[in-house]
Amino acid sequence: MFTSSAQRGGAYVVGAFEHPTRLATDKSIAQLHAEVARGALEDAGLGIGDVDAFFTADAPGLGPIAIVEHLGIKPKIVDSTDVGGSSYLLHVNHAALAIAAGKCSVALITLAGRPRAEGKTIVASKFAGPEVGFESPYRSQVVGMYAMAAARHMHEYGTTAEQLAWIKVAASVHAQHNASALLRNVVTVEEVVNSPMVADPLHRLDCCVITDGGGALVVVSPEIARSLARPKVRVRGAGEFVKHIRGGYPDMTSSGAVVSGAQAFAEAGVTPKDIKCACIYDSFTISVLIALEDLGFCEKGKGGQFVSEGNLISGIGRLPFNTDGGGLCNNHPSNRGGMTKVIEAVRQLRGEAHPRVQVPSCDIALAHGTGGWIASRHCSATLVLERE
Amino acid sequence: MAETIQTDVPPPDVDLDNEQFWAAANRRQLRIGQCTKCQKAFFYPRHFCPFCLSADVDWALASGKAQIYSYTVMRRVDKPYVLAYVQLDEGPAMMTNIVECDFESLRVGQIVEAVYVTSKNGSLVPMFRPIDGHA
Repeated sequence: MFTSSAQRGGAYVVGAFEHPTRLATDKSIAQLHAEVARGALEDAGLGIGDVDAFFTADAPGLGPIAIVEHLGIKPKIVDSTDVGGSSYLLHVNHAALAIAAGKCSVALITLAGRPRAEGKTIVASKFAGPEVGFESPYRSQVVGMYAMAAARHMHEYGTTAEQLAWIKVAASVHAQHNASALLRNVVTVEEVVNSPMVADPLHRLDCCVITDGGGALVVVSPEIARSLARPKVRVRGAGEFVKHIRGGYPDMTSSGAVVSGAQAFAEAGVTPKDIKCACIYDSFTISVLIALEDLGFCEKGKGGQFVSEGNLISGIGRLPFNTDGGGLCNNHPSNRGGMTKVIEAVRQLRGEAHPRVQVPSCDIALAHGTGGWIASRHCSATLVLERE
Repeated sequence: MAETIQTDVPPPDVDLDNEQFWAAANRRQLRIGQCTKCQKAFFYPRHFCPFCLSADVDWALASGKAQIYSYTVMRRVDKPYVLAYVQLDEGPAMMTNIVECDFESLRVGQIVEAVYVTSKNGSLVPMFRPIDGHA
């Protein structure tokens, strides 16, 4: 019988740091890793010598080894599982499991990248599996894979471009209060649907930003958490799931969140109604819509109605989301949005979000990510976090 | 089936996992996986069945008839093109491009047929076009 980390005493997020830069022209990726590691450890009140487990994805070098040496860590547990933007939520799950198993007590998770400074787009061949040989002549791109999911959702459920636009509108309402956000202007539904079409039915303003920087988290054992001055944010539930089209049978209107969310909620012993704030990886507006449905915040097919009622806007709706402005407006370091979702959830649970977007009595929050290609193959990861 | 010259199509990356598929495409054949043990059809074809892991599989000839499962027009390029998944009459769906079409008239569920498009190195790539009356 599987024993969850929560049942074994749990693990706590005690350090969270988002790099303030959005354009790192003069800093290397390795340097950014060091800066976010320092930021998260200082936030926790710990030093690099306390770290005995290290998690990262897509770092320079062979797996985690080069950055482990670069930072001078002596980890007993490492994990460089790379499932795209959701990797860092999955790392929190794995860190909690390793802590519960007694394998380590202070886990450091880092993300850093500079796609904006380097002018790089994601190179599909870097991630080439056996499927790519059957697909490369068709010039698939990341945005196209999310656009096809949106088109299918519109076909099956009558979802509209205007409804999707509400997700960007909500993010922009929050981003105006974030001094570090890349885009701080509040936009309207009309501005979203009148922005240039990128891949039908997704417009430019349905797409997240490209930024440099990164972030880091520190996850520790209950004993370490008790010794620190910071508010304790417990990893109450976690789930992950790889969804794919297995032999060519796609179901583009749902994601791995159906499984990862159910597992996280079951482990936490809570339901979607208990969530005060949701931080959901918003690579594109459609990523959020599908996640909201799959996680159970609304019925399948009713996501458009849910978001167009303003439910995602803090102070107005019943599920404030991405109160930092999310990837759509604030930050999307290294083309990977999972890290910043956990960081903003931790801010909310500590009561350290911007006062204009802080959710009152925020005791339970959710962080969720979709890494990879939603229309075909991706990894969903969900965390339920609780303030103690 | 007609041949279309569309020279901006990247050539396939032929390797041990897909050489039979691309050799067949050059003969204007669309090959899919067919398990002789559990009877399921699958795409992409491979040397085993992704449903039961049996090695007893055929690279079966598909009819080339399909319908659009979903599609998008990739606009931010010099020459926009249609990326799609089409569901083959045999069951499985495949990624492809829809060609010889009016972008604005495309619909999910539209009936399409295979057409073989010449890629940059001259090898043929199966794509799909609307059947007359739907274009």
